[in-house]
Amino acid sequence: MALLDLDPKVVATARKLAARAAEPVVSIAKAHTTVAVERATLRLAGITGADSTHRAGDVPWVNRVIDTVREQCGLEHGVSLPAFHALRENNIATLTELAEATAAGQIKFTVPQGKDRDRAAKAARTAVAKGIRTIDRNKAQREKLVTKLGDPPQRPWIYLIVATGDIDEDVVQAQNAARAGADIIAVIRSTGQSLLDYVPEGATHHGFAGTYATQENFRIMRAALDDVSKEVGRYVRLTNYASGLCMPEIAVLAGLQRLDMMLNDSMYGILFRDINPIRTFVDQRFSRQVHARAGIIINTGEDNYLTTADAVDAAHTVTVSQLLNEHFAHEAGLPDELLGLGHAFEINPKVPDSFRLELAHALLARELFPDAPLKWMPPTKHMTGDVFNGYLLDGFFNLCGVLTGQSILLVGMMTEAVVTPFLSDRDLALANVRYVLNAAGNLAEDFRPAPDGLIVKRAHQVLGEAVDLLERIVDDGLLNAIADGTFGLMKRPADMGKGADGVVEKAPEYYNPASELLEGM
Amino acid sequence: MSRYVRPYGDTTGDGMIQTSFTLPVPFGPKADGAALQLAQKMGMDPAMVVHSHAIGADFTFFVVYGSVKHIVDLDDVRVVEREYPLLSPSEVNTTLKKLLRRKLVVVGGCIGTDAHTVGIDAILNIKGFAGEKGLEYYRELKVVNLGAQVSVPELVRRARHEKADAVLVSQVVTQRDAHILNTQEMSAAFREAMGDRRPLLVAGGPRFDPLMAGELGVDRVFSRGTTPGEVASYLVHAVKEKKGVAA
Repeated sequence: MALLDLDPKVVATARKLAARAAEPVVSIAKAHTTVAVERATLRLAGITGADSTHRAGDVPWVNRVIDTVREQCGLEHGVSLPAFHALRENNIATLTELAEATAAGQIKFTVPQGKDRDRAAKAARTAVAKGIRTIDRNKAQREKLVTKLGDPPQRPWIYLIVATGDIDEDVVQAQNAARAGADIIAVIRSTGQSLLDYVPEGATHHGFAGTYATQENFRIMRAALDDVSKEVGRYVRLTNYASGLCMPEIAVLAGLQRLDMMLNDSMYGILFRDINPIRTFVDQRFSRQVHARAGIIINTGEDNYLTTADAVDAAHTVTVSQLLNEHFAHEAGLPDELLGLGHAFEINPKVPDSFRLELAHALLARELFPDAPLKWMPPTKHMTGDVFNGYLLDGFFNLCGVLTGQSILLVGMMTEAVVTPFLSDRDLALANVRYVLNAAGNLAEDFRPAPDGLIVKRAHQVLGEAVDLLERIVDDGLLNAIADGTFGLMKRPADMGKGADGVVEKAPEYYNPASELLEGM
Repeated sequence: MSRYVRPYGDTTGDGMIQTSFTLPVPFGPKADGAALQLAQKMGMDPAMVVHSHAIGADFTFFVVYGSVKHIVDLDDVRVVEREYPLLSPSEVNTTLKKLLRRKLVVVGGCIGTDAHTVGIDAILNIKGFAGEKGLEYYRELKVVNLGAQVSVPELVRRARHEKADAVLVSQVVTQRDAHILNTQEMSAAFREAMGDRRPLLVAGGPRFDPLMAGELGVDRVFSRGTTPGEVASYLVHAVKEKKGVAA
C-alpha cells in the first residue's frame, strides 16, 4: 500500500527523463564493442584455460586470441568471424587448441568474406548457443532447487559477506554463515581485481582482503552452498561481482556456474574506479543481457555515493542513479524482479531526526520500485570503532529495513572499519537481525506516516530534487554530466580512464552471435 | 591525575573491566571453565563469566567481567610521535587551500615492470582503503593516476607537464630488489631533470621500510597498511615545511 502519496505524474516524468538521459549512451553502447565483450563471447563458445608458460604469468587463452586477432585484423568485425574462420582453415577442433596454436605463432587471422563468412558465422553461432544452453540449464536447475528446497521463509533475505582470500576458508565460513541463518553469501573480491584486464584462472588461495573471482572458485563455492542448502532446507544464494574491466566475462562465468546475484552497477566503475565511461556502458549492457538470460539478480551500487557525499545532501543522487540503473537494466532485458537496486543507511546519526530521514529515503525507494528486490545496505561511514554504538546503529538499520519492506538486507557488522569480522561478530550481527525481525517483523502493517509529516514531506522533496537533477542531466548529456563531476564528486571525461584502449567502434559487418542470441534474434 | 592508575568500574581502584571472546570449545560447563581460566591468566581476579552461548557446534562466545590486578605507571607511558598530525579530509582541504590557493597536484603510478596497481589504487582511487577514501576524494588535490608499468622518463615528463607537487610511486614486486633499484632510478632521474625544483617524491610498497628514504633518494617512504589519510596528511605537512623554508 502506498504511504507517501507520490504524484504518479512526477514519477512518470522522472522515468521519462531517465530514459532520455540514457538514450544517447545506449546508442553509443550499441555502436561499440570491447575486448571484454569479445572475450566473453569466446568464453560462451567454450574457450577455457590459461597459457601458463607466458612470461607475465598465467594469461588466459582467451586474452591471447583476442589480442592476436586485434593485432592482425582488428576487432571491428568482432572476434567470432576471424576465430571460427581460422578454426576451419587450420583444421583445428577446439578454441583452446586454436589459442595454443595462436600463442605458438602458427595462426594468421583474417576477416572471412562470402561463403567463408557464412560458414564461420554459422559455426560461431552453434558454439555460442551451446554456452547459452548451459546458462539456460543452470537457470532451470536453480528454479528446480528453489521449488524443492524453498526460498527463505522471511523477507528481507539475509545477505552476508565472506572474504578470507582463500576459497577453501571461504567455503567453511560460508557454510557456517548459512547454518547461522544467512540466505545469501557474497564472496568479496580481492582488492584491485576490478582493474585487471583478464580473469584469473583456477582455485585461488592468496587474495588481498578478498578472494579472486575465477570460474573454478565460482564452481567450488556453488557446490558447497548446494550441499549446505540441502542441510538447512532452503536454497542459499551466491553473489559475486560483475564489475570492473572484465564485467562481461565474469557475467558469463556466473551464468555458467549458476551464481544467483551479481553486483553490477551502470556507473560505479566509471566513478569509483576511473574506468573509461564508454568501456563501462558497452560492457555493462552485454553483462546485463547475460544476467537477464541467466535469471541472475543484479545488485546496483548506490550505497557508494553516500559514503563519499553527505547522505542527506546527496539523497536525490541515489534516486537518480536508481532510475538510470533501472532504465539501462530494462533496456538490456532485465525484468523488475531481477533489479536489486541499492541504497544505504548512511545518515550521520548526530543529525536530528536522522532515523526519520532514513525511513523517508528507504520508503521512497520502495514505492518508486515496488516490484524490484531492493538491496538495503548497512551503515559504514559512521561506524567508528565504538562497537557498542555500532551495534545499536545496526539495530536501527535493521528496523528501518523491516519497516519499509526492503527485500535484501546486507547484515551490518559492529566491527565495520575495525577488523575483518570475527566469528562472534557475525553471530551477534545475525542475532541483531533475528531479534528485529521477530520483534517487529510485521510492524509495517501498523506504520502509517502522517500525510503532512516529516517523512512524507522529505520523500517528496528528494523526488523533486531527483527530477531537477535529471532535467539538468538531460540538458547537459549524461556523459558530460559524468565528466563534470555530477555524481559522487568525481570528474570522468568520456575519452579518459582505464580500459579506453579496449573500446572498438563496430564496422557495419560486425558480427557477434552472443548478442544475436541474447537479443532473441 | 595520580601516577599509578587502575581501570575504573564504579569505584576508584576497583580495576573492573569487561571483555568478550570466542573459544573453539563446544558450549557447556567445560567451556565456561575454560573461559574462566583464560580470564584468570589475563590477570582478571576474580573473574565472572556473565554470559556464554554456542556459536555452531564447535564454538562458544563469552562475556567476562572482573577486576584486573595490573597497575599502570603513567611515567612509563611512551607515545610514538608521528612527524605530522593526522588530518581529516576537510582539514586537509582547508589547509591546502590556505597554503597554496590552488590545488595540490599529485602524480602517481607503478614504475618499471610492476603491474600491481593494488597499492597505488588503494591510495589514489576514490574507493580508498581501510574505510578511508582515496586521494581523489580530496577536493583540493588534483590526482593523476598513470597506472601500471610507467617508465621513469614518462613519469618525469608527466610530472613536469602536470606541474606536480608530489609524485607517488608504488612498488610491489621485490624480485632481485627491483623495488629498490627502480625507486633509486626514479629519484635520480628527477634530481637530474629538475634539481631542487623537483616535486616531493614518495615511495610506497609492502616491502619498503620507512627508514629507507635516504637510501632511496625520496622524501618519504610508506609501508604496509598505510591509509590514504596518512598520505594526505603527510603531503600537507611536507608542503608546509617547504613553504616555511622558502619564506
